[in-house]
Amino acid sequence: MTEGRTGGGGAVPRPRGVLWLLRPKLRTKLNRARSDEGRAFKGFLLLFVGAFFWAFIFAVIFRMLLYFRGTQGIGDLLAGKLLGLAFLTFLSLLLLSNVITALSTFFLSDDLELLVASPVDPVNLYGGRLLESIVDSSWMVALLAVPLLVAYGVVYGAGPLYYLLAVVTMTPFLVIPAVLGAAFTLVLVNVFPARRTRDLLALIGLLAAAGVVTLFRFLRPERLVRPEEFRDLVDFMAVLRTPSSSWLPSEWAADTLMTWLGGFFDPFPLLLLLSTAAALVVLGAWLHARYYPTGFTRAQEGAERREGRVRGRLAERLLAGASPRVRELVAKEVRVFFRDTTQWSQLILLGVLVVVYVYNIKVLPLYTGERVSFFLINVVSFLNLGLAGFVVAAIAARFVFPAMSVEGRMMWLLRSSPLDVKTLFWSKYWFGTVPLLLVALPLILLTNVVLDASPFILGLTTVTMVGVTFAITALALGFGALFPNYETENVAEIPTSFGGLLFMMAAVIYLGGVVILEAWPVYLFLQARLRGEAGVGMIPLVLGLSGAAALTAAAVALPLVAGARRVRATDF
Amino acid sequence: MSADAPSGPGPSGRGDEPARRDHASAGEMLRVDGATKRYGKFTAVDRIDLVVHRGEIFGFLGPNGAGKTTTIRMVAGVLKPSEGRILIGGDDVATASEAAKSRLGYIPDRPFLYEKLSGAEFLRFVAGLWGKDGRETEERADRLLELFSLTEWKHELIESYSHGMRQKLLITSALLHDPEIVVVDEPMIGLDPRAARILKDLFRAYVARGGTIFLSTHTLEVAEALCDRIAIISQGRIIALGTMEELRAQAHAGGAHLEEIFLKVTGGEAIAEVVASLRDALE
Repeated sequence: MTEGRTGGGGAVPRPRGVLWLLRPKLRTKLNRARSDEGRAFKGFLLLFVGAFFWAFIFAVIFRMLLYFRGTQGIGDLLAGKLLGLAFLTFLSLLLLSNVITALSTFFLSDDLELLVASPVDPVNLYGGRLLESIVDSSWMVALLAVPLLVAYGVVYGAGPLYYLLAVVTMTPFLVIPAVLGAAFTLVLVNVFPARRTRDLLALIGLLAAAGVVTLFRFLRPERLVRPEEFRDLVDFMAVLRTPSSSWLPSEWAADTLMTWLGGFFDPFPLLLLLSTAAALVVLGAWLHARYYPTGFTRAQEGAERREGRVRGRLAERLLAGASPRVRELVAKEVRVFFRDTTQWSQLILLGVLVVVYVYNIKVLPLYTGERVSFFLINVVSFLNLGLAGFVVAAIAARFVFPAMSVEGRMMWLLRSSPLDVKTLFWSKYWFGTVPLLLVALPLILLTNVVLDASPFILGLTTVTMVGVTFAITALALGFGALFPNYETENVAEIPTSFGGLLFMMAAVIYLGGVVILEAWPVYLFLQARLRGEAGVGMIPLVLGLSGAAALTAAAVALPLVAGARRVRATDF
Repeated sequence: MSADAPSGPGPSGRGDEPARRDHASAGEMLRVDGATKRYGKFTAVDRIDLVVHRGEIFGFLGPNGAGKTTTIRMVAGVLKPSEGRILIGGDDVATASEAAKSRLGYIPDRPFLYEKLSGAEFLRFVAGLWGKDGRETEERADRLLELFSLTEWKHELIESYSHGMRQKLLITSALLHDPEIVVVDEPMIGLDPRAARILKDLFRAYVARGGTIFLSTHTLEVAEALCDRIAIISQGRIIALGTMEELRAQAHAGGAHLEEIFLKVTGGEAIAEVVASLRDALE
């Protein structure tokens, strides 16, 4: 990191700056992209999916803004409120992800040992790591903001200066939570050892995320576009006019852009944003220089030492009849899962997801006013099957998809043992399927009860759900083995990989196939039965159900076979 | 650990066999036939032939990047050879992998382990992979842990172990299921002098009871002191193979130690020039 040599009257070492510190990460990313043979296909697919999501978000926001603009008097207020809400959501997401990212970039990253030992200026180290944190934790929010802000620009007919202003506004908006996240982490690490802090943060983060999702959902923001639900217009206007909090950067960002779009630009919120970001960076750098060395030292200590035995022993007892190989594999899975806070704590988010889903079904406006049609009930039942399947797929992406990747560093043992890849796959498969069934079955039963579905629909969707769970676990495991990430230490980043995306697409296609194969014949059959035409529609029903069963069997067998073949052929 | 320790490791049922066997007559434990490993256009290992006999400690030496670890990993069944075959106890690692691997214990050079398992749980898991469980396995694990002074750590999670403790746990896990051959990549890395001494004695006791060891190392004194035969690999090919006497003869090295032989056959005698230029560069 230094040029020249010390001693003998040589040149004084000249430490490199912030950008130099970012070079290894950038080069690594570039080299990885270059050596990736399937990059053209991956790039194309990511572009396609990205463009689809951008277009979707743009279309939704554009449609809402047009509707708002058509509302006399309160249109701009509604648009401002929506933007404030979006920025507030972004801010909470950014704060959460920055705290978690800062812990690894500032304290747990492998290259820190080298950097801390080198004569790098602490301020430069802070700057380099802060930039890295900002990029790692904010790229998703930044990408989400693009269609949102463009939609505002288009609806309000803003000129190019608006887009420049949007960039200028977004920059300090992304910096502020990054500095706060880094500072919060610095304080935590100085109090707790880093490994405990990581567990603690994972838990806090997930609880907070769960809280935000629940709160957001139960507040029912959709009511904003249905003013009739408020007692009177005065109430509604009062809600709209009250700023969420004039102390929040999200409010400053929204005000900056809305005042520009409204033609009465107020530079004060923007100045607040810029000056706060600058002041926080300076303060953060000071804190870093002052407390980082002790924090870094503490971060090297304190691995967890105890061996909790109950769950692993329980698994061993439950599988007492199985071969030692299967028994130990499953017991190992149970132990590793429940001892890794970053893994098990995701169950909290999962619980929230299920509650929110059931709640959403409950508040569907199906039973308001006159009785809904038989057709609609049928549609909703199958839509529910598809959506519940999607919830199961999202859970499988988190827990089952990484199952093979996490063994990457241990393949030396698994491959040198007489363990057959098939046994490994089956133990992983059952370890994924059984818990997923425990989520999927109550989910489908509960939603069917809420929907007041007929016993026939209840039975059919429940049986289908069992098949869907089997298939989705196989797809997740198979795709996880076909597109593995054997190198990573961070399990959380595995589902967001390219393979994870492909898995979700495959799961959606499969779910679509099952719903289409079942829904129409069932509708015809039930309609015929309602008309008292016994026996009519039986053949399409049998054909449809057989088709769905065949599709499910293929979705179970093919990914497992292909995945196992890939693992056998891979060099570790 | 001494050769006559009653609880010492070694393939069971052979404990009363003579301390040192006539290797050639004892039969082949490992046969490597024309094993080649290519990564794209780069050939890491190039048509290697080897035979290791039962009851033998076979050393595998070579400069950095010569293909030692690749060979070791192919023998352990972790990598598939691009060409050629590897037989363990007569069973092909590729086609009869379960039978071949059930005879094998593998100690890699980089000890990645399940951080969230305790030492005892890890050992139970490894034993399970080899289809072993029960009191006998637990007792064997306890004896090995005791040997490496790991007993008081066995219920601690592996994430709290030091590098050396992980290496000791790995060695324990490789010997736990009573393998016929142990394949070791750099066995002494990370071990303190006491543990290194124990390991050497352990290896000797293990082969005295009929076990076989195939090890790669950079520690030439270890190779010289332990190995019955040695192969030197360079640029993916075996360039010298035999007992110490045979190697001396091949290298025309008189009464030289392994270090001189090694440097001579791997072209390392130019090291004096390297040292001279290094000195120039530093001045």
